[in-house]
Amino acid sequence: MNRISDANKPIVIASVFVLVILLLGTGYTLATQGTMPLFQPKYLLQQLQTGAFLGICAAGMMMVILLGHIDLSIPWTLTAAAMMASTIGGPWAIPTALAVGLLVGLFNGLGVAYLRIPSMIFTLGVDTVLRGLMVAHTGGFSPKDEATPLMLYLAKGTLLGIPVAIFVWAAVSVVIAGILAKTGFGRSVYATGTREGAAYLSGIRTRRVIIGAFVTSSLCAAIAGVLLAGYSAKAYQGMGNAFLLPSIAAVVLGGTHILGGRGRYVGTLVGVILIVLLNSVLSIMQMPEAYRQIIYGAVIIGMLLVYGRNARITS
Amino acid sequence: MKTWSARWLTQNRGFAGAILLFLALYITYNFMHPRGFSTAVLVQNSNESVAIAFVAMAQTIPVLMGGLDLSVGAVMTLTSCIASELVNGSPAQMLLGMFLTLLSGAAFGAMNGVIVVYGRIQPIIATLATGAIAIGLALLVRPKPGGDVDGDLNWALTNTVWDFVDTYGGNPDAGWLAPFANIPVPLIILFGVPLLVWLPFRRSVTGRTIYAIGSAEGAAYMSGLPINRAKIAAFTLAGFFAACGGLYLAIQTSSGNADTVQAGTYTLNSIAAVVLGGTALMGGIGGAIGSLVGALILRVISFYFRILDIDPLLQPLIEGVVLLIAVSFGAFRTLRVKNRLELFR
Amino acid sequence: MTKMTPHVALNGVSKYFAGIRALENVDFACNRGTVHAILGENGAGKSTLIKIMAGVLEPSSGEMRLDGTKVEFLSPSQATAAGIVCIFQELSLIPDLTVADNIMIERPPRRFGLIDRRAQRARAEELLARIRCEDVDPDGLVRDLSLSRRQMVEIAKAIGKKPSVLILDEATSALTSRDVQTVYDLLGDLKKENVASLFISHRMHEVDALCDTLSVFRNGMHIETFAKGERTEKEIVRLMIGRDVEAQFPPKPPRKETKPLLEVKNLEWENRLKGIDLNIGEGEILGLGGLDGQGQKELLLALFGVLRGVTGEVKFGGKPGLPGSPAAAKKAETRVALIPEDRKTEGLMLSMPIADNLLAASFADISTGPFIDPQKARTAIKRGIETLQIKSGSTSDAVSTLSGGNQQKVVIAKWLLVSPSVILMNDPTRGIDVGTKQEIYRLMRQLADDGKAILFYSSDYAELIGCSDRVSVLYDGRVVRELEGDDINEESIVSASLNIGERAA
Repeated sequence: MNRISDANKPIVIASVFVLVILLLGTGYTLATQGTMPLFQPKYLLQQLQTGAFLGICAAGMMMVILLGHIDLSIPWTLTAAAMMASTIGGPWAIPTALAVGLLVGLFNGLGVAYLRIPSMIFTLGVDTVLRGLMVAHTGGFSPKDEATPLMLYLAKGTLLGIPVAIFVWAAVSVVIAGILAKTGFGRSVYATGTREGAAYLSGIRTRRVIIGAFVTSSLCAAIAGVLLAGYSAKAYQGMGNAFLLPSIAAVVLGGTHILGGRGRYVGTLVGVILIVLLNSVLSIMQMPEAYRQIIYGAVIIGMLLVYGRNARITS
Repeated sequence: MKTWSARWLTQNRGFAGAILLFLALYITYNFMHPRGFSTAVLVQNSNESVAIAFVAMAQTIPVLMGGLDLSVGAVMTLTSCIASELVNGSPAQMLLGMFLTLLSGAAFGAMNGVIVVYGRIQPIIATLATGAIAIGLALLVRPKPGGDVDGDLNWALTNTVWDFVDTYGGNPDAGWLAPFANIPVPLIILFGVPLLVWLPFRRSVTGRTIYAIGSAEGAAYMSGLPINRAKIAAFTLAGFFAACGGLYLAIQTSSGNADTVQAGTYTLNSIAAVVLGGTALMGGIGGAIGSLVGALILRVISFYFRILDIDPLLQPLIEGVVLLIAVSFGAFRTLRVKNRLELFR
Repeated sequence: MTKMTPHVALNGVSKYFAGIRALENVDFACNRGTVHAILGENGAGKSTLIKIMAGVLEPSSGEMRLDGTKVEFLSPSQATAAGIVCIFQELSLIPDLTVADNIMIERPPRRFGLIDRRAQRARAEELLARIRCEDVDPDGLVRDLSLSRRQMVEIAKAIGKKPSVLILDEATSALTSRDVQTVYDLLGDLKKENVASLFISHRMHEVDALCDTLSVFRNGMHIETFAKGERTEKEIVRLMIGRDVEAQFPPKPPRKETKPLLEVKNLEWENRLKGIDLNIGEGEILGLGGLDGQGQKELLLALFGVLRGVTGEVKFGGKPGLPGSPAAAKKAETRVALIPEDRKTEGLMLSMPIADNLLAASFADISTGPFIDPQKARTAIKRGIETLQIKSGSTSDAVSTLSGGNQQKVVIAKWLLVSPSVILMNDPTRGIDVGTKQEIYRLMRQLADDGKAILFYSSDYAELIGCSDRVSVLYDGRVVRELEGDDINEESIVSASLNIGERAA
């Protein structure tokens, strides 16, 4: 077996698994319909377009998981940003969404970094509060306001034949990957996530790092909210619920350690693609929801067992 | 030497606070309720609290160990679907159905434990995945909401002892029954099961090991405690309690529903209830009874919306604020730490 | 003493940690009905010896016999089952359980399969009474006890296991004088009950009062075993130190008065620092002496801005005030660096690449805007590696792949990249090989010659003597002696550390 560094092993395994999914799915479509949609650019782009929402959430989630924390407030941060954006409307729609993300992120970060409340419970509380605020704001129904033309364009438009949403995802990816690999802040995230005490004694302001990561996570959720509202032409109750657990799963399948400190952005990208393709192959196969959920869970467990085995041998 | 009660209070501050908060909330509620302090109100309130209280107790046990079980809500959903299929027919069949329901929950929990211990996967991720599997299985058992749980059983278990005895042919007006006749059956279940299962477990070596792992895993190892066995037992018991919640939910609603959103809500609420009940997320401190009270607090808050003329839409907001305030109390300790390196341990 | 099979015997036992010798070919025996003291400097191998006996560590080679039968312990519980019970310095109590739970943790009394709390409480009370700790509430949580009470609970837990060999590793270090007397009496009783007690202590008078047999260890070797009274206190100190100074130290320049870089007056924190006074000038190396845990670590952390609630006067480069955090310390006008005690948990992010660890303190210096300048980063890494001569394959390898010595060099290099004026070092050569030690000594002298002030704590007396221009010996949070010039010698440091006055000097 080739020498692959520990950090890259999960990425390689996940990539191989992506290929396996593509081949199995194509085998199935060839056998049943005689077509191979999984290798048609148009179909793939369409899948990636819907995958962009998850991809952007996962990018932000990754920052937080790298610290060994977690952000459970993503669903309603996303929803709140989308709802506020469509309420305000006009040119200020998107800045409003980002402001919502910024505020939520700061609040999460302060609670976790300064009060040192476990992120699991603090962000859960923030999620509930946001839900309450939004339910109160909208009266519990989907708001009447429509997404602005710019939001519609970002989510559904195409540029050079490629959906704009994919460009947004790519831009977020470039920013996050850049932050992680090329900035002092990014390296501090890894250092803090590996061992906060050692990072602190190295003169890294670990509390600011934590706040920064939570802000990034909430901003990503806000961007995903803007896109999703554009995609559905409006914001709606519970629009973020479907993104929390898959985004955690994508990050972990991409090789980021749930206790922090280790992981590469490429991995998260592969993790998202894996989940998106798995979903689309399962829907091509018209797999009932029941089996989908079981396969979904089994894939996560199975892949982590494979990663874990590797870790034990090399350690 | 301190008196027993003073010591108990210092060792169980969170739990004691939760009980006080609950009592204050619930007594006030009854004063404000037009039919306050009546059996009917108590029966209704108890019915609505059983499922979440069991799920909260389920969550407690992995948390005591310093872990987390994101599958408790899904296991509850799965078992309520199983119960909706099995709990009908003759009394013997119904009993068998209940037994199988509880067994499947415990088995699912045991699987979580084995994956965590031998697969060396972090509990939060392992149970995230098995939670999806549980939902999948629930959908297989019950693709559409429905089911036919025995009607008599539903009536007997969701009302007072008087109704229970009446349903099953006893003499509800018998003299010896009088002191108990007005107690709601759900309340008996809610306190009886933890009394019979949790309290003995807590006093076993395995139970104590769970506390030791959450408190100082290294010292637990040095003291030769059975760590792997305790971890598997913890998840198994979590599965069992979740199944108790599922079983009751099925009986109460006479049906099962493989509802993903509902499963997720129950899981998240269970974490909130655990924290409200005074169990430390880092492990080692707390207990299932505390979480039971924590769950009751969450429920009472929702009862208020009915009697006060508050927009029920504000409910999640108030719940969230209560949760945030409750967890922030614990933060004052960190603000007093003198050696900042201790913050990172 | 008759010639019979000793109760516990170690034959040719050696132990290596990652190639570093901790014990070398040790033969050691102890008998029932004795109180046996084990003496030696920090790092002489005492702890390794007892960890092997107690089943925490497995020896790299050699064998252990119990009453003549060969035994191998794979875990502490196996050693306990064989009757060997150890009270460790790092307490093995579980803070969130009650005292009674902890005392009976391994084999609680049970009824119907459940723990019988009443019986457990009674047994715990009995054991606590035996060590005169009736004031400890068996139903109280260990978390709420003071360190000295915890230590007593640990002792109760140990005797509850009915050992045939009881090992006490510095078990009296945190005790009050009344408790110490209790432990003395207990050891006397155990001796009558034919138990073998092994006793590790740095307090000579304690050893004198208690033990009938003494064994001296040095550098991982068993030097000598003799009965009490065969040697004078002075001779014992000699045996502990040894005559050969193995490390070579760079020559010290003649002392000259320089501008003070760090002045500390009456520094207090909690009850660990009780009014520390010291000052260091440019180009000076000030050694901190004393036994472990006399406030050295807290002093360094306080100066680095880690502790809250420190009082006293501190001036860095003439400017009053302590830094508020390590981040502030490294950015201040007079830059301060700290080489922390435990490089694995405080100094390094072990699973991260060498390069990231080297740069961890200087991200701000090598960045333009938010971005790390790859050119500057490369230069800095190169400079760090070259200054310290770190031997590594690729700087993208995890720092955990390096040897202990090279890991420590990474920690030092990380801080030198910040160009600090005051360098605080907490036992910088602990657990590293002799060659690297000497490189670090030379580096320290060179840094001092460049005008930096170095404040360092070492548990190795030879190092203090070889490196320091002056030595301040700490005892119980205070500076008890300041040594200078020829006064810096082993006898004076050892005796000041043991706080036995100038008697043995």
